Amino acid sequence: MSNDTVLVLVVITALAFDFTNGFHDTGNAMATSIATGALGPRTAVAISGVLNFVGAFLSLAVAATIASGLVATGAVTLTVVAAGLAGGIIWNLVTWLFGIPSSSSHALIGGVIGSTIAAAGGSAVLWHGLVSKVVLPAILSPVIAAGVAACGTWLLYRITRSLTAGARTHGFRIGQVGSACVVSLAHGTNDAQKTMGVITLALIANGTVAKGSNAPVWVIVCCALAISIGTYLGGWRVIRTLGKGLVEIESPQGMAAESASAAVILLSSTFGYSLSTTHVATGSIIGTGLGKKGADVRWNVAGRMATAWVFTLPSAGIVGALAYGIAYGIGGTFGVIIDLILLAALSGFIFWRSRATKVDHNNVNSEWTGGVSPEKVPAESAAA
Amino acid sequence: MSWINLTALWKIIVFGLLAGAGLPALFAGGLYALSLGPKTAHVRAAGVDGDIDSDVVVGGSVVGMVLAAIAFLIILAAIGWSVYEIYTLGHPAPKK
Repeated sequence: MSNDTVLVLVVITALAFDFTNGFHDTGNAMATSIATGALGPRTAVAISGVLNFVGAFLSLAVAATIASGLVATGAVTLTVVAAGLAGGIIWNLVTWLFGIPSSSSHALIGGVIGSTIAAAGGSAVLWHGLVSKVVLPAILSPVIAAGVAACGTWLLYRITRSLTAGARTHGFRIGQVGSACVVSLAHGTNDAQKTMGVITLALIANGTVAKGSNAPVWVIVCCALAISIGTYLGGWRVIRTLGKGLVEIESPQGMAAESASAAVILLSSTFGYSLSTTHVATGSIIGTGLGKKGADVRWNVAGRMATAWVFTLPSAGIVGALAYGIAYGIGGTFGVIIDLILLAALSGFIFWRSRATKVDHNNVNSEWTGGVSPEKVPAESAAA
Repeated sequence: MSWINLTALWKIIVFGLLAGAGLPALFAGGLYALSLGPKTAHVRAAGVDGDIDSDVVVGGSVVGMVLAAIAFLIILAAIGWSVYEIYTLGHPAPKK
């Protein structure tokens, strides 16, 4: 049963998700470089945008996982995909509003799983694929990243102990630029792929392409563009939390964190594991806090994040299931359209709310005062 | 039914450490080599606790600079190779 109008709407919604994914995740690659001054905020997001675009073309493994490894493609209809995307987008926007670096990947997957269960029951979910390629990597990857980052940090300080602090900062800032670039590339290989997987899933559900196909080239290009534009517009709120709220970092730590993230993300992408790049980046940043004597980890911020993470899959799932219920209850194409209108309205509301506590490239590096939006001190932000 | 792919796991840990901690360590080594030389002798004389306010990295030793260049080139090559590997591994043939 094919419905090309709905398909177009679903593709547009998927690209919207990709866009939110872009600005939600910019921080993963760039927060540490912005926080230490290695890169200016706008340069950082521009570079990240370009590299995400390139990275999106590098590896199709994750898209394949999403398209055929998580839900039985026979059970998936366009409505299911649309509802799943709605769940993912809403969760992404809510966490963005609160500056919480939660996983866009889990938001998306949670949404799709939720709507699939609402539509076809638990048996339509490929639980083995979900656990082995999503859930377990999600739990293990930040731990591995933290370990790698801690080792890296310790080594970096040890090897350069005869340099002055100033020389170290200077040298590692250059290193940070390099490592942040690789992370942006890595992010493209993992995150842009998810949306490609979802669009491919939609195309398969609509009968436009055969089961088991790879993502078509136009899908790759559109997803790459959407995520890179989102990245460029920059999730300043999340950048702020990662760069300033978690650990006060110096350049060597920044480089160690980004390198650890890049390595873990790239390696996992090749295995088709859909990671949360956010979880990995956060794990790395915490790891650098642990690897340097005297570094201060704000465990309450980390705790808030962990809570958000645990809730992400189920919450996005619930929203996805609800969205499906609404669409199904109203029925047909009209049901999907109503869903998407509600989605647009909610998104607009969240965005409007965010203007009251605006974070942008001017105040992203201001002193952390306990919450994501810095207190309004005009003289200070001019000097920062 | 295996829930964890142990081969993938150990590969991620081992290569993660090599690339994620090893390459930055190599970069740090390069920085150290670069810092050797007459221009920073006063820093080394002051010792680890010396509080010198300078951010000069390049010490001027030729051997140091050559070693540093080698280190940085290895890093660039490693990144280039990894990107290539990912590209070839990441384009699987469509499942029939």
